[in-house]
Amino acid sequence: MKLSKTLRTALRALRRNPMRAVLTTLGIIIGVGAVIAMMEIGNGSSAAIRRTISSMGANVLLVLPGSAASGGVSFGAGSAVTLTPGDVEAILRECPAVRSAAPVVRARTQVVYGNRNWVPVFIYGTTPEFLAVRDWMPLAEGTAFTDRDVRNASKVCLLGQTLVRELFGGESPLYKEVRVQNVSFRVVGVLASKGANMMGMDQDDILLAPWTTLKYRVIGSSLSSTNQSSSSSASSSSGTSASPFYPGTQLRLYPAPSPTQAADTPLPARFTNVDQILAAARSAEEIPLAIRQITDLLRERHRIRPEEPDDFNIRDMTEVTKALASTSTLMTRLLLSVALISLVVGGVGIMNIMLVSVTERTREIGLRMAVGARGRDILRQFLTEAVVLCLAGGAIGILAGCGGSFLVTLFLGWPTETSVPAIVASAIVAATVGIVFGFYPAWKASRLDPIEALRYE
Amino acid sequence: MATGLIELRDIHKIYRVGEVEVPVLKGVSLSVGRGELVAIMGASGSGKTTLMNILGCLDRPTSGQYWLDGKEVSKASPDERALLRNRKIGFVFQNFNLLPRMSALENVMMPLSYTTRALSDREAKGRAMAWLERVGLGDRFSYEPSRLSGGQQQRVAIARALINRPPLLLADEPTGNLDSQTSEEILRIFETLNREEGITVILVTHDPEVARHAGKVIRIRDGMIVDGASA
Repeated sequence: MKLSKTLRTALRALRRNPMRAVLTTLGIIIGVGAVIAMMEIGNGSSAAIRRTISSMGANVLLVLPGSAASGGVSFGAGSAVTLTPGDVEAILRECPAVRSAAPVVRARTQVVYGNRNWVPVFIYGTTPEFLAVRDWMPLAEGTAFTDRDVRNASKVCLLGQTLVRELFGGESPLYKEVRVQNVSFRVVGVLASKGANMMGMDQDDILLAPWTTLKYRVIGSSLSSTNQSSSSSASSSSGTSASPFYPGTQLRLYPAPSPTQAADTPLPARFTNVDQILAAARSAEEIPLAIRQITDLLRERHRIRPEEPDDFNIRDMTEVTKALASTSTLMTRLLLSVALISLVVGGVGIMNIMLVSVTERTREIGLRMAVGARGRDILRQFLTEAVVLCLAGGAIGILAGCGGSFLVTLFLGWPTETSVPAIVASAIVAATVGIVFGFYPAWKASRLDPIEALRYE
Repeated sequence: MATGLIELRDIHKIYRVGEVEVPVLKGVSLSVGRGELVAIMGASGSGKTTLMNILGCLDRPTSGQYWLDGKEVSKASPDERALLRNRKIGFVFQNFNLLPRMSALENVMMPLSYTTRALSDREAKGRAMAWLERVGLGDRFSYEPSRLSGGQQQRVAIARALINRPPLLLADEPTGNLDSQTSEEILRIFETLNREEGITVILVTHDPEVARHAGKVIRIRDGMIVDGASA
């Protein structure tokens, strides 16, 4: 007996009692439907959670320069001058695990608009790609500055929500000019609100400008930022207070070097440097790979010999990433166990009804045997019926699940995401359930004695 | 050794009910030639149903030998017997045994799904239609059994029994559920098939009216043949 014929016989037998076929397969429909819907809703939520966490910076790697020391006095992490804009471009070009990267030049100073002023937590000089690294698109208002603005050191900036509130009150800040250390910046856009970061710092208290502008027009020269701690505190104090009562400058312990001495001992700034590099890995899983690639690249670019230590540090958000991974595995396992339980329940339902069906169709089985069906033909027929039932139930269940999750998205607004592996797995599991739970009734049918079966009332 | 279609030699059948052995057939020998129309008669409990089951290869004898169409079948395995039932024997039952909610045509085509040589759909359908027309149901192809009268249902059953062109047609009380006029029609169909197609027909019955149509009557009583054992 050919497969197509067996299939047709099975379908015909099922069509003879469509109501019961539907009720039988209801267990599978509900099981598979629930699995699919849950997988899609679960996938959607975990993707949403992932997105939220990654907007907090889970995928972000922070590359800091190493520590500089002078005369036994260490200036702490980030004080050496080793990172360049060229490093950023090289990272983008040569590290496949890095999605985007941006340089950061930091300043801490006063921002003035009209009669108001404010010292934001972050004044970052960077490239437009910063927004991609931090998942900060789209903007609340306006447009981001461009690469051309970076090349031209244009005096444009983006403001965070807190800064807008503090400086502008209710006004729209777009195309207004704010001053940063007497340099006018035109506000071209306003960032979307991001709230506090994991340290509790207000991420909206920020001003973003092209790094060239900040570096060359505001901070002044690359030399002045050589020693970050002293220079930035000096610049901020000179901005905020012109007070003669509190000395803004440190006491000089050593006599000022003469020009000759200065020429003899040049400060080790040989190039345009940036304070940090922010890089985003393609995914949480690729963070270690990205770290390795960046490390290799920067060691090569900075010509560090194998035995020497790195002149930079890379930080990642290990804690967040771990939480993320454990959340998603927990979710997957939970869904899997629920799925298995519901499918077993559905399978038992199938077995139950198939047993009833075998008893009810004893005469038919007897007749089929009388006209020449062998035991294995009967076995195959009933097994096919069970599998067809399960597969049909699985198919309907998949549709129902997709429909259900679509409705959930439509009415409750929960995010969902179609999961192809879940669909494939449900189809396979449904067929397996059909075979496993259909086998016993089919075997029972095949063992019937044709004489008894024909006489069965 | 045998030239006839059916050759039974000293067939015994003993049922075991718990510890007790109940002999039902006690040494039945008979032969039926090709193209005969035979009636097997006997009261209920005489063993005629058991004999019929053995003839139909549904059951195997406890001892004795059975040649069907020149093949020894008393020792055949269940699968071999299934094949024999499919190829050599057509069954007609008292209660028709049609599959509900399937059309007459589908009922007739059903045995074809168990033949080893698969027919194409069109061939199968054509053959089933030809047999239905032969039994006078040319206009009832798509009717389900529930919409057919008893006589019509039995005709469908006959068409189904003949779809594989078996040399032997076994009818177990074929008119038991029919009124006398319909019975007469059904028996006439058997006669016609016997005469025109050369099909050997064995009617198992307790009704003398039915037996009257047969060319030969074999009487069985208490598991033994009392009359008409040989041709």
